Amino acid sequence: MFVEGVRAYGLIAGMWVRSGMTYRASFAFTVVGNLLVTGLDFVGILLMFSQVDSLGGWSLPEIALLYGLSATSFGIADLVLGSLDVLGGRMRDGSFDVLLVRPAPVLAQVGADRFALRRLGRVTQGVVVLGWALAAVDVDWSAVKVLLVPVVVVSGAAIFSAVFVAGAAFQVFAQDAAEVQNAFTYGGNTLLQYPPSVFGKDLVRGVTFMLPLAFVNWVPAAYVLERPYPIGLPGWAAFASPLVAVGCCALAGLAWRTGLRSYRSTGS
Amino acid sequence: MRDAFIELDGVEKVFDVWRKTGFMKRERHRVRAVDSLSFTVARGEMVGYIGPNGAGKSTTIKMLTGILTPSGGRLRVAGVDPSRERMRLAHRIGVVFGQRTTLWWDLPLIDSYRLMHRMYRIPAARYRENLERLTELLDLGGLLDVPVRQLSLGQRMRGDIAAALLHDPEVLYLDEPTIGLDVVSRTRVRDFLRRLNAERATTVLLTTHDLRDIEQLCSRVMVIDHGRLVYDGALAGLHEAGESERTLVVDLERELPPIEAPAPARVVRVEGPRQWLAFPASASAAELVAKVAARYPLVDLSVREPDIEAVIARMLGPSGGAPEPPQERAGRTPS
Repeated sequence: MFVEGVRAYGLIAGMWVRSGMTYRASFAFTVVGNLLVTGLDFVGILLMFSQVDSLGGWSLPEIALLYGLSATSFGIADLVLGSLDVLGGRMRDGSFDVLLVRPAPVLAQVGADRFALRRLGRVTQGVVVLGWALAAVDVDWSAVKVLLVPVVVVSGAAIFSAVFVAGAAFQVFAQDAAEVQNAFTYGGNTLLQYPPSVFGKDLVRGVTFMLPLAFVNWVPAAYVLERPYPIGLPGWAAFASPLVAVGCCALAGLAWRTGLRSYRSTGS
Repeated sequence: MRDAFIELDGVEKVFDVWRKTGFMKRERHRVRAVDSLSFTVARGEMVGYIGPNGAGKSTTIKMLTGILTPSGGRLRVAGVDPSRERMRLAHRIGVVFGQRTTLWWDLPLIDSYRLMHRMYRIPAARYRENLERLTELLDLGGLLDVPVRQLSLGQRMRGDIAAALLHDPEVLYLDEPTIGLDVVSRTRVRDFLRRLNAERATTVLLTTHDLRDIEQLCSRVMVIDHGRLVYDGALAGLHEAGESERTLVVDLERELPPIEAPAPARVVRVEGPRQWLAFPASASAAELVAKVAARYPLVDLSVREPDIEAVIARMLGPSGGAPEPPQERAGRTPS
């Protein structure tokens, strides 16, 4: 099932990449535009770091490590599953039904929807900051610490992916649960008075990710930097990221299955 | 009796629909989109599935393809429960949704076919052979390298039909395959479906609003209304059930008073020397023609078949063919 899903994902993502290439001028502009935006983000980060020496007792390279870990993980998840939010639209216009008559797992098909290479920008940004931070932090590197970094990045990506999938599953329910949807449309209205692409979405994402975020960077980074853990977690907590990731993915998978079953029994 | 390929036994589909009854107050309604539906379709049959909007046609198709899970009853396609084994069944069925394309908008047509080739794991030789055959039969030769967005509606529909058949499905479901097509494209699609059914014995189930599709393609018609099967049989029988009438148009030598036709035939219209006689669809036209010809100077004549849409409307009674009931819209019940 998993292998089948990855294969279908690859096939469909490939089609989207080629679709994107058909408008060559537009593709070129998007690439250039994204490079510029990513570059500007760097300038922003550099400006911030050049004004402050330390934040809450954390030095610049240490903060960069936190930022780099989470940005890389989020970038990977966003690259792979970032377009799950078009699912609601697909359900409304009925094109979701087409995916259900294909011999491939639906989640893989939806995940690969509107796949765009331009999202590599985020990952690149994260990797560069992370790389700089790793070189700059004043740490006594041990084998365990070195090994921990890639493990944490992958676990983090899995945690963020799980949140994306859970969000997609929620969209299925929200289709029919008008109350819940209203809570979001009216409640979210205040939020959306600000440009949502700049602020709203990231804020919502930020809030949603708060809990698992501890295992994406805080706890493991604290171990690497030999700092006290937040909220007094036990010593082994730094190595719990993969476990948390597996747990999150299992929950998200369950939510997705439930959502899909509800779609197929309500047809909405 | 050929083996039953599609089997439905008391299949039900119930949707919960919330209807607003006031500020912050809502009531739950149970809408029976499909109500104890039972029928079987044999392998190689070509069946028309018709009914008014919101009657439950698309809901039935969605249950047959595994998109929706039935609320009750037993449903088997090729011996498989579609909603439980959706992916396994997908290899054996082809679906064409008339109103939405499954082709890749920005890519050349052939790219969509290559995706089908790989997604359905069609062996290379069989893919090449099928592509060649479908390209020829559906006249897609010059279109394979054209981006789908540049195709006309008729070309795209033919492209969609080919895409649904590349993996040699045993059954093809078509939801409104001729909607919006011009006469030439429509004829081409019908000719193709007839050949597909005759030469490859593909079972075909099609829903349509264009009853000429049924007239020209299907020996069997199922009529569904309010989720129930109200007619299942030959097209001719549908006329009988609907007490439909045929029309005999006669051109006389000169203008004459209305013909005194033998009952139940009667003159419904007179225009100069031309007169229109209505008579039951089940009665023999030859007899009537002989009787009229014996007493009146005939120059020419023709017999017109009834409009089936009117037949269904009559069969369903005054409520039949009514526009979609509002609660079905509110619940986004597929029509």
